[in-house]
Amino acid sequence: MNDFLTDAHAFLPVLLQGLAVTLELTVCALSLSLALGVVWVVMGRAKFAPWRWISQGVITVVRGIPIIVQLFFIYFVLPDWGLDLPPFAAGVIGLGLAYSVYQAENLRGGIGAVDKGLVEAGEALGMNRFTLWRRVVLPLGLRHALPSIGNTMVMLLKDTSIASTITIAELTREGQLLAISTFHNGSVYALIALLYLAASLPLSALVRVLERKGRMA
Amino acid sequence: MITLTGVTKRFGARQVLNGVDLTVARGEVLCLIGGSGSGKSTILRCINGLERHDQGTIHVDGTRVDDAGLPAIRRRVAMVFQRFNLFPHRTVLENVIEAPVYVHGEPVAQARARAMDLLARVDMADHADSLPSALSGGQQQRVGIARALALRPEAILFDEPTSALDPERVGEVLRVMRELAQEGMTMLIVTHEIDFARGVADKVAFVDQGVIAEQGAAAEVLSHPREARTAQFLARVLHRD
Repeated sequence: MNDFLTDAHAFLPVLLQGLAVTLELTVCALSLSLALGVVWVVMGRAKFAPWRWISQGVITVVRGIPIIVQLFFIYFVLPDWGLDLPPFAAGVIGLGLAYSVYQAENLRGGIGAVDKGLVEAGEALGMNRFTLWRRVVLPLGLRHALPSIGNTMVMLLKDTSIASTITIAELTREGQLLAISTFHNGSVYALIALLYLAASLPLSALVRVLERKGRMA
Repeated sequence: MITLTGVTKRFGARQVLNGVDLTVARGEVLCLIGGSGSGKSTILRCINGLERHDQGTIHVDGTRVDDAGLPAIRRRVAMVFQRFNLFPHRTVLENVIEAPVYVHGEPVAQARARAMDLLARVDMADHADSLPSALSGGQQQRVGIARALALRPEAILFDEPTSALDPERVGEVLRVMRELAQEGMTMLIVTHEIDFARGVADKVAFVDQGVIAEQGAAAEVLSHPREARTAQFLARVLHRD
């Protein structure tokens, strides 16, 4: 136990820096995944059939490929085609894209739960499709989708550890480097696990608060 | 001002409207009565395009109800719903300014001032910052009427505005509607409130099996119906309680 505390004292500054990167990565990838998720849902409901095909195609392909392979593709293969992304940007794009298909699913469920009468109210007030989506369907659908988006967010937080494979100095990678150089595997990985747990608990709490705030009779 | 000619509507195998001819003059209050499933709500919903009618024509002041005409018609004809359909994520005031600001581009300050006047008129100014979920059904419906009035409509369609209310809340909504009628608003009302129709409506039309079975002056139709099925319906509704 004493050893662990000594290790914790020595390693925590580095690991906390890694945790900061993990959280940045989570927030950026989450934003991108939600934005893209909205795009897939809107395209999936378009009248123009090719939009629907693209949406369905992206969802099928992205869902069928492991996230780590997608990250390798973006970080190692795209440079061959002239697109050289820094690691952090590659991580955000890779995780954001991979998670966008789950967000699309969350949003689709939420939008399906929006009361049809409210859509009619918007139509009767003269809203065009765009205004209807921006003012009624998306804000209400998002509220209905919050619990599942929250779950997805916690999964995303943990999956940012995959970004350690493309040299992003987030929590898992900082820990690996410490473990390799000190051989204190037990303390290092225990600390990493505790830090992920510590980060996900407030996230879960935040989701519960958002759910309460967004709850409507 | 509103004219329907030979309007038909089919939902799958069910023929809901079977050739509806109906005219609502400017400033007139017309109540549509009839049993459930008779098609009276569908008539309203075809006028502002919530349902697309199959055959026949609907005109609002010379503008035809079709894809091209709908935006103009929805600007001039507002609707009040049975289940209020207030936006639950917006306050009372936000519900009322929603269309003026986000559909018609009215400046927010001006829309708010106008909305407060409208809320005062339906006696809901004290609840401007409440969410709809905090209100009773009667209060929500009065906000629904204020939201409709915020469009500065030339006519308002009421789809069973008091059917979802607790009995003791019906009066407050009917009072607001009566005031609107007295101010000369053109109103087309689907209702089961026969006493209200008798007291407020200029005309009453009885809808049965997708057609207007009988129409005329309110007192005439309600007190001396010509058609046997109108008389039967009235007897059922009036002796309900």
